Amino acid sequence: MTERIDPRTSDLSRRDFLSAAAGLTLALTVTPDPLAILGVEDPSGTAKAEAALSPNVWLTISTDGTITIVSPAAEMGQGTFTTLPAVIADELDADWATVKPVFPPEWNERKFGNPGYDNYAFQTSASFAVRGYFKAMRIAGAQARRVLIDAVAAKWSVPAQELSTEPSVVVHKATNRRISYGEIAGFAKAPAELPKIEEKDLKAPASFRYIGKDLPRVEVPLKVTGAAKYGIDAQVPGMVYAAVLQSPYPGGGPETVDETRARQVKGVTDIVRLPEGVGVVGTSVETTQAAKNLLKVTWSDAPGAHHDSEKALEEFAAIGRDKSREGVPYESVGDAKAAMRGAVKVYRGEYRTRYLYNAQMEPMNATAAVSPDGKSVEIWTGTQGPTSLHNQVAKLLGIERSNITLHQHFLGGGYGRRSQQEVVIDAVRLAKAVGKPVKLIWTREDDVTGGKFRPMTAHHIEAGFDASGKLIAWHHRVVAESVAAYTSIANGTPPPSLDRVVMKGSPIPQYPIPNKLAEHVIETRGARLAAFRGVGNAYNAFAAESLLDEIAKDRGLDPTAFRLTLSEGQPRMQTLLRTVAEMSDWARRRDGRGLGVGTMVKDDTLAAGVAEVSVDRATGKIKVHNFWAAIDAGLAVQPRNVAAQTEGSIVYALGHVLREKITIRDGRVLESNYSDYEVTRMSDVPNIEVKVVSTDNPPTGAGEDGVPVVACAVGNAIAALTGVRLRELPFAPERVRGALGA
Amino acid sequence: MVAFTVNGVHRELGVDPNTPLLWVLREHLKLTGTKFGCGIASCGACTVHIDGQATRACATPMSMVEGKSVTTIEGLSPDGSHPLQKAWIAEQVPQCGYCQSGQIMQAADLLARNKTPSRAEIVEHMDGNICRCGTYLKIISAIQRASREG
Repeated sequence: MTERIDPRTSDLSRRDFLSAAAGLTLALTVTPDPLAILGVEDPSGTAKAEAALSPNVWLTISTDGTITIVSPAAEMGQGTFTTLPAVIADELDADWATVKPVFPPEWNERKFGNPGYDNYAFQTSASFAVRGYFKAMRIAGAQARRVLIDAVAAKWSVPAQELSTEPSVVVHKATNRRISYGEIAGFAKAPAELPKIEEKDLKAPASFRYIGKDLPRVEVPLKVTGAAKYGIDAQVPGMVYAAVLQSPYPGGGPETVDETRARQVKGVTDIVRLPEGVGVVGTSVETTQAAKNLLKVTWSDAPGAHHDSEKALEEFAAIGRDKSREGVPYESVGDAKAAMRGAVKVYRGEYRTRYLYNAQMEPMNATAAVSPDGKSVEIWTGTQGPTSLHNQVAKLLGIERSNITLHQHFLGGGYGRRSQQEVVIDAVRLAKAVGKPVKLIWTREDDVTGGKFRPMTAHHIEAGFDASGKLIAWHHRVVAESVAAYTSIANGTPPPSLDRVVMKGSPIPQYPIPNKLAEHVIETRGARLAAFRGVGNAYNAFAAESLLDEIAKDRGLDPTAFRLTLSEGQPRMQTLLRTVAEMSDWARRRDGRGLGVGTMVKDDTLAAGVAEVSVDRATGKIKVHNFWAAIDAGLAVQPRNVAAQTEGSIVYALGHVLREKITIRDGRVLESNYSDYEVTRMSDVPNIEVKVVSTDNPPTGAGEDGVPVVACAVGNAIAALTGVRLRELPFAPERVRGALGA
Repeated sequence: MVAFTVNGVHRELGVDPNTPLLWVLREHLKLTGTKFGCGIASCGACTVHIDGQATRACATPMSMVEGKSVTTIEGLSPDGSHPLQKAWIAEQVPQCGYCQSGQIMQAADLLARNKTPSRAEIVEHMDGNICRCGTYLKIISAIQRASREG
């Protein structure tokens, strides 16, 4: 799907939302068992549906005052299961203690989809949930509040303007009368035509009760008792288990399958060929996993079978230097090539990054049950993309989407990986093949070797200065495979003209250089790819911010002062730069440690970070001691959660910088588990301070914005400390040792 | 047949003694709070207590729990009121939450032996438990809070 034009400058989202909502039936939107998904029995015995009021599709008010609010985004730790209902609750003027978030009762995009996408997709990625839903949800809350007020006005025969609200209570001050939302639900009906809500009907920010404040996240208590349900926890009567041996590379199918030894494992019932794998079905997880490892399969050839990532990265770097290979331009400004020709001084920098694995803690899994006639299917999983799941399963089975029942679960980490549906599809295939519900669980080894990776990249950047010392031209060539092309093939959607996943961040909007060209030189090697927390911003900031530091050094400029000059006219970024400079006491020198700074802008969210590092020259081991970050995501809807996401994304990225890499040789992924794909551990983590700079801009994303500032800030700190520039990720000890000449 | 105790309940199960405890807990006994992460005792998501000792259930065959007492996250406290669980909520530790059962069980093992661990002792004890969401600093704060508030 395509992200729609910026919701803040468009009234499309609001208008479409209202027309969609107005055309809906006002049938009650009670989910079959809204609390079961949360892993708890309904403690209240909930007031029955017939005594409830649904002012619009988004919420239902029970006569006991409980307010059920639909939260359509996937909850993978980013907190939207709290944040989105809080936005509705604020405009509704609901008592938060009575609010119960639920996933959508039906996966109908026209009702509950994200208005930020052109197709209203249920797609939780790119930090787009709050950004896309914010205004629509405010309107929904305000509309519901108006329905309540109008109902009370009619009942009491008073003008609606004389009524006000306090949390979950309508008040008539003139007669000192009060009535709770629960009581109103006992008699009120939603009108046939819902009231129209305009911008002026929304709260002034000063009146917010929940927006901009900090609410405890609703599902956290379930996550400390083991009660929270993830896809892998699904238990379906009569289900059997499955493991899948996958093709090592995309496009490979099973040519010969020797299942003799696998068949001998007690409990194995079926062995099923899949388009790019072989499924083993049996009576237990351990049975199927053991048998899967005993399969002997040869795979048909595919381009990816010959991929050697280290060799390809060398090729990418050469292509980056070869400017006769033109790429796909991305958000260009002016004429960078002409300006570069006129520059009196041109700096060049080359940087490389390697494939990375999402490494979400919950291995990919799905449970599926196909009806005997093959015309309907039930699926239990946690997915970032309910829309793509429905579309792909409907296509696979040749059925209508309405015959698919998705039970959405909490996600044990997403980071982009759970936007992909191949495990769901295989679970459906297997369930259909064996005629029973099938729970397919990948092992960690399956998850690593069948991972869909952040692409490896080679960057070639040129920066041209004029005689007055002004940076007048910026040309950033990104050589990488196309994530957008890969995922569009996987999803069966047309390939987009631009690969925003790879190119985000490359136009460095925080630095208004008059002539800029960023281009994506697309190579194809046949690796499995996916969006990845921090997307292109991460490697593009690593490259751009590294070169800026090299330039600053050459020109004898302080790195922060240089960036403040470059970001003239961008006061939000300048504020962040000054903030992190102050937090880190930037000007203070410290023995044996270096400081480095980096910035990023991703979809109108800005961040800056400073790292304080030391290096053990004998081992090449880098230690990050402190990290200071500042983020401006517009209005911070839940500031503490924005800080938690930023801190978490810094920790996530630290592993990418220090150790993480995926190596592909002869089409096979060499890493296999956390033992050789080494993510950040507690002992790696520095002190981290995050300052959330809430501004009066519309809220933008905040789920991944620490990621891009880590690699560049750490690399710049190492350079400041040692004088040696690290141009490749990861900064593994052997590479650092080599660079330092130790 | 393997006889053992889970969360105070005696069980006799006709399972293969080589079966990892993890799958018996999750799929046979439906105690799904204990999570599958890596299968090789490398991430800590499956941490339970066996006779009070933090142990990785994924790498523990059933033969090793014969006659022993296993405690899972569901059995750590009757109502989620263990000081660590309360501290975890107060500090708003979990993000995706998938690793947190294992984190809490690992931390409970620490506090049972050392009521006032230093920061360095916490890091050393917890370093085998991965949190990909990056909640480590909040985990440290929560352990310190539980240590303080008991």
